[in-house]
Amino acid sequence: MMEDSPKKYWKGIEELTNDIDFVKNAENEFAEPLPKHEPNTENNRRDFLKLMGFSVAAVSLAACETPVKYAVPYLNKPENLDPSIPNFYASTFFEGGDYSSILVKTREGRPIKIEGNNLSPINKGKTSAKAQASILGLYDDTRYKGFMVNGKAGKMESIDEEVKKSLESASNIRILSSTIISPSTESIIKDFIKKYPTAKHVQYDSPTVSAHGILQANKESFGVEALPSYDFSKAKVIVSFGADFLGTWLSATEYATQYGKTRKLGKDKKEMSRHYQFETRLSLTGANADYRGAIKPSEEALAVVALYNKLNGGETFANKEVDKLLEKAKNDLQSASGNSLVVSGSNDPAVQMVVNAINNQLGNYGNAIDMSTPSYIRKGNDNAVNAVIDEIIGGGVDTVIFYGVNPVYDHPKGKELKSALSNVKNKISFALAPDETSTLCNFVCPDTHFLESWNDAMPKKGIYTLTQPTITPIFKTRSAQESLLLWSEAKTTNFHDFIKGYWNTNVFKTQTKFKGFANFWTSVLHDGQYLTNATIAEVKEEVTETTKEDKKAETKDAKPKVAGKFSGDAGKAVSEIGTKYKTAGFEMQVYQTQAIGNGSQANNPWLQEMPDPITKACWGNYASISQKTAKEKGITAGYVVKVSAKGMSFELPVLIQPGQADNTVVVAVGYGREVVGQAGKINGKAIGVNVFPLAIDVIEGVSIAKTDKYEEVAQTQTHHTIMGRDIIQETTLAEYVKKPNAGRNYPHVSSPDGIKKPSEITLWKGHKYPNHSWSMVIDLNSCIGCSACTVACQAENNVSVVGKAEVLMRREMHWIRIDRYYSSNESAKSWGEMEEASANPEVTFMPLMCQHCNNAPCETVCPVLATTHSTEGLNQMTYNRCIGTRYCANNCPYKVRRFNWFHYAEDDRFTTVNYTQTNDLGKMVLNPDVTVRSRGVMEKCSMCVQRIQAGKLTAKKEKRHVKDGDVITACAQACPTDAITFGDMNDLNSEVAKALSLKKEMKKGEHGAEDEIIYSITEPRAYQLLEEINVKPQISYLTKIRNKDEKKGKGDANANHGGGEHH
Amino acid sequence: MQYTSPVREPLVLRQMHKNDRKTTMHDITDDICRQVEAAPNMRWMIALGISLVVLAWGSYTLYRTWFFGIGEWGLNKTVGWAWDITNFVWWVGIGHAGTLISAVLLLFRQKWRASINRSAEAMTIFAVLCAGSFILMHMGRPWLAHWALPLPNTYGSLWVNFNSPLVWDVFAISTYLTVSLVFWYMGLIPDLATIRERAKNPISKFVYGLMSFGWDGSTKTWARYEMMSLVLAGVSTPLVLSVHTIVSFDFATSVIPGWHTTIFPPYFVAGAIFSGFAMVLTLMLITRYVFKLEPYITLAHIESMNKIILVTGSIVGVAYITEFFIAWYSGVPYEQYAFINRMFGPYWWAYWAMMSCNVISPQFFWFKSMRTNIYATFALSIVVNIGMWFERFVIIVTSLHRDYLPSSWVMFWPTYVDIGDYLFSFGFFFTCFFLFAKFLPVINMAEVKTILNSSTREAGEEYTKEEHIGETKTATAHLF
Repeated sequence: MMEDSPKKYWKGIEELTNDIDFVKNAENEFAEPLPKHEPNTENNRRDFLKLMGFSVAAVSLAACETPVKYAVPYLNKPENLDPSIPNFYASTFFEGGDYSSILVKTREGRPIKIEGNNLSPINKGKTSAKAQASILGLYDDTRYKGFMVNGKAGKMESIDEEVKKSLESASNIRILSSTIISPSTESIIKDFIKKYPTAKHVQYDSPTVSAHGILQANKESFGVEALPSYDFSKAKVIVSFGADFLGTWLSATEYATQYGKTRKLGKDKKEMSRHYQFETRLSLTGANADYRGAIKPSEEALAVVALYNKLNGGETFANKEVDKLLEKAKNDLQSASGNSLVVSGSNDPAVQMVVNAINNQLGNYGNAIDMSTPSYIRKGNDNAVNAVIDEIIGGGVDTVIFYGVNPVYDHPKGKELKSALSNVKNKISFALAPDETSTLCNFVCPDTHFLESWNDAMPKKGIYTLTQPTITPIFKTRSAQESLLLWSEAKTTNFHDFIKGYWNTNVFKTQTKFKGFANFWTSVLHDGQYLTNATIAEVKEEVTETTKEDKKAETKDAKPKVAGKFSGDAGKAVSEIGTKYKTAGFEMQVYQTQAIGNGSQANNPWLQEMPDPITKACWGNYASISQKTAKEKGITAGYVVKVSAKGMSFELPVLIQPGQADNTVVVAVGYGREVVGQAGKINGKAIGVNVFPLAIDVIEGVSIAKTDKYEEVAQTQTHHTIMGRDIIQETTLAEYVKKPNAGRNYPHVSSPDGIKKPSEITLWKGHKYPNHSWSMVIDLNSCIGCSACTVACQAENNVSVVGKAEVLMRREMHWIRIDRYYSSNESAKSWGEMEEASANPEVTFMPLMCQHCNNAPCETVCPVLATTHSTEGLNQMTYNRCIGTRYCANNCPYKVRRFNWFHYAEDDRFTTVNYTQTNDLGKMVLNPDVTVRSRGVMEKCSMCVQRIQAGKLTAKKEKRHVKDGDVITACAQACPTDAITFGDMNDLNSEVAKALSLKKEMKKGEHGAEDEIIYSITEPRAYQLLEEINVKPQISYLTKIRNKDEKKGKGDANANHGGGEHH
Repeated sequence: MQYTSPVREPLVLRQMHKNDRKTTMHDITDDICRQVEAAPNMRWMIALGISLVVLAWGSYTLYRTWFFGIGEWGLNKTVGWAWDITNFVWWVGIGHAGTLISAVLLLFRQKWRASINRSAEAMTIFAVLCAGSFILMHMGRPWLAHWALPLPNTYGSLWVNFNSPLVWDVFAISTYLTVSLVFWYMGLIPDLATIRERAKNPISKFVYGLMSFGWDGSTKTWARYEMMSLVLAGVSTPLVLSVHTIVSFDFATSVIPGWHTTIFPPYFVAGAIFSGFAMVLTLMLITRYVFKLEPYITLAHIESMNKIILVTGSIVGVAYITEFFIAWYSGVPYEQYAFINRMFGPYWWAYWAMMSCNVISPQFFWFKSMRTNIYATFALSIVVNIGMWFERFVIIVTSLHRDYLPSSWVMFWPTYVDIGDYLFSFGFFFTCFFLFAKFLPVINMAEVKTILNSSTREAGEEYTKEEHIGETKTATAHLF
């Protein structure tokens, strides 16, 4: 009998010994308390039932729809890792010359999103589209999966042996690397050279990335071969000659944040910078300029000289119209002397020398240009690079190491280099993924992705940042630094230890805050960066809030700090330019786009599908010509043209670009990658044409001829003018200062009771938002159109990539798009004429996402209630409920709803472009908080509802109300100019409330109804899009204001018909 | 007892038969049942064959639509409906004539309806089924189509959105289909019983016996039949107005310029009857020829229908002009642009096709010579339906493709799947119609018999005395 049995089983030795702890916990199910992360979460019976109900429902739903295939639970829970709670790691992004200090969001051990690091004095928490998209490179299935020898997979150890052997026997080693801003990597390369004395290190920037001209000019002018720190926020007048400083020039994200500040206006700030742009193509920067002159590439240098001469009395510029603008710019520069900035995108040292002279003459050094804190993000010396390439071609080199460069593709002499490389004995590449150069190398020792590796960086003097791994290397790769350490037989071959050692000896001593290195290191790792004391002081100065008067006084009294005196010979440069540049005939310019850059991320479908901010084209390059040139040559849009220049000819579809200089053709580099992953090709063929062989400043003697072939450019926007509608409401600065609501149009409706505001005639009862009223304010004046928001949103919300064919069908899925409008001719009288953009148009950008209408037309028409209104002002989609009638999209006046025409995540036809959703590795980048939508359902901007939920939960756990800033949408987070502000309209202290000057009123309840709190918008610049149809969006726009003397009239982007206020 | 004025044309032309006798009721039975009882003829086989080929091709494109998704069509982010809803509205419109003929004309005691109502009703049912197929086709997730019905479910209080015109559509179309089907079938029962009685083949006897629900032809049964016809006519009559009114709400209740128009309900109903009669004419003229039914479907029938086409076509024309006037008068720039864009925008050709087919072409029917010309009628009936298709296309696509924000303005071009799915509906429609024409009596024998004597007593006698037999055309002309 069991009960009689004398046997007794103990739970453990503790029971036998009657351990005190054991007796205490004997009654509990778990002897040790369960881990708690949330303070004061006492689960009661109701919570249990709620949770159980939810879990049962969730489990059964999950069972019905998507079987979980590869979920492997943690055997042991890693420390600091809680399922469903993201961890953020500070790191650094530096690729293709684009630098930003970032935070990497990881979920369950996989990086899923990149955000800017707010602590960074450079990018100030902002990122470019390229930085946002760079995370995809980590999950690129076409990366090298291990070491390669002669095109075949090899063992790391044996390859190391072979490499070492060949290095030892080498007589002439060249290391060709991209700009290295990592001080420890530089030190490693130095050690490597010490070990192999025949080695020479040359830093190489792609021709369109290179800042050779500025570096050389600064060397001559100031004795410092570095970029200065530009501060566009200090410039009242900005004159740029072909420098696309908001898009692709040097540290564009940094400049955009600065520029954005000067474009902000408000109650206390009634002044903004005035921006002149002289350029060939219509660049993003030119599109934002107040005045813009279209000049040919050869004229860019001449225009700089003309400005220099004007400042020194005399000489006119050949082009009358441009001359007038130059004169105006000169006058403005002189009156803003000391607070202006002149930049040029030229890579010719002579031109940059003249620019330096102009800036020196205007007293801009020490204010908008700071030579004392040089920037190191460009170090490439074109002359040295060309010398090395010539050396290789000449056969004088027996070993080359390619580190982060692809010269076979992007050097003008790439073709010659390619054939010469077969004669070079040892070619070693650190490429991450196969490219044109690495496939020619006999040793490929793939580097780790920056999200898998340690690194450090010094982008500017006094600013150090760290890169830390956020995931263990996915493939059998090793960081290039470790390879170099190993080959040079260094003491430490672990790069992490090496960096620590380097920092301990070199960086640690520059600070006084921390006594021990360990604390210092932890703090730097946490913040992602370390600023030397001098830098901290400077940043603080900038941040400290001072009143306007104080600031004025400061700028007047402040002594300009100058690093070395300007000692360049401008006269010599001027005469050099005079002889070098002659404008004649048809010219060509190559440039790099916002998205694809120098082509290193050509396998990135997010970037391939990102519409160019100006042309709105994606998936390929094209030949842009001006309207007049098109007419003269009889070329219409979509036809393929044959362009011949410098012994090279290629065929590309034509794109007619308003604003471009006549008799020029402009083509983007970064396309035509022959050796690239799947997304960089269409049907196995390279996308577009590689024009790097033509990447030299000025290309003359170009011919362009029409062919019979037709190929459409994939554009997301094909109608370019605003048709005189009040969509963009804009004015000039002078008008705005006089009347803050200048440019606003107040629609009115005639009714039997007289003229009424649209909101006064309504059938709608309205919604009540007792807790939150989420909203956005978009400042059209500071939006520069850079499209970082589009990619940030795509990454955050798992937005599908659809590929070129589908974009041509006008089916891109982006939740936030940027509408770009050109002004049409002032004389336009008919609708047909208004459809045509003027030759040098004014440009406006308008970010557009779901407007979250209070009276939402989509909500009423959905037959199954799949789109409904939340109690917090959101228009929400229930994907599960959607049956896909598309009625909501038809009835949306803003056309922001996107339909899943196919099952993008499962349809075989989309596996190459949409690998983030179709490929097992690619899927790792998906945000687990957001559903991947299936075929046949509608989707749209949710105002990052998952972030709102997370923010509310954090506040709840901390037992407080949600503060402004707890929740920030992906688009607002990325926006370099803070044009998008997100927040709660029920919180009068929020940024949104401030931007809208919200006033709280009590409305007496009528007919026995309760009293109601009403928040009304009093900001005179604020308007809602399409106010006349009374859909009452939660999103407001602030008027666009141009710093122009005169206002354009009828037919222009802002046709002010029937304006005037009606109250 | 009914008396029809002798100046009217006879509704059934009585021919001289053997033994010097006029068409009797038995002749009617013979004439109509011949098609059902005889072996299928070659013409019918070819017609059905073509329909089946079209249906097969359409089924392939339909498979692509359903298997891969709506992306197989040419739709895009701005134009969310195009051929699908154009075809849907077009087919629903075509269905309208059947109900009008069977219900409204019954209530108004228009005896001439008797020889055309059967096939007009059949056409209604097939047309509504075609329309319904586009509702299913256009859904992103057609397997969840039942969610549009207010079905009790296990998701708690998950219900349809009664604010949505699409839900109203579901009710309107399903009611319409049900009532039309019942009405049509009930009318068939006496004729099915006749065929049952005549059947020599035991299978036919059994099948038609089953289908005729034990009809015994007693006076009581006939009395109930008559009463039921009236009741169903009463139920269907409002449907003639309501169905297309509700379909027009899909557009009228929206905010899109060019859709948001209060004139839509009457204008859509007129348009529906317009296209419905045109389609009835197209089909009747073919059937009349194929089955030699000239004595039953006379020029008088054709002329009456042409008059209706003239009236409704003119109503539609006035509606078009009114829309333009209102667009100008409203002072709403978006509305004005929408209409200017229709006329002179990139889809100008669709607009002018609509105008010439719908407004100009029916005006020919002011002339009696045109109204009574079979070839002209046949051609115009097809032109009218082309025009009415373009009308829906113009309303849907030109309004959507350029609405509020120019940044989203696009063009829509159909793919071969768009076209294939439209062909599917044709294949389905004609397959059904030809099967109907072979296996069911295309003319309501029972009702035609009731008007044989009453409507043609005098006229018939006069006709048979004075004129040759068989040349119906000259005979009718002589009467006037």
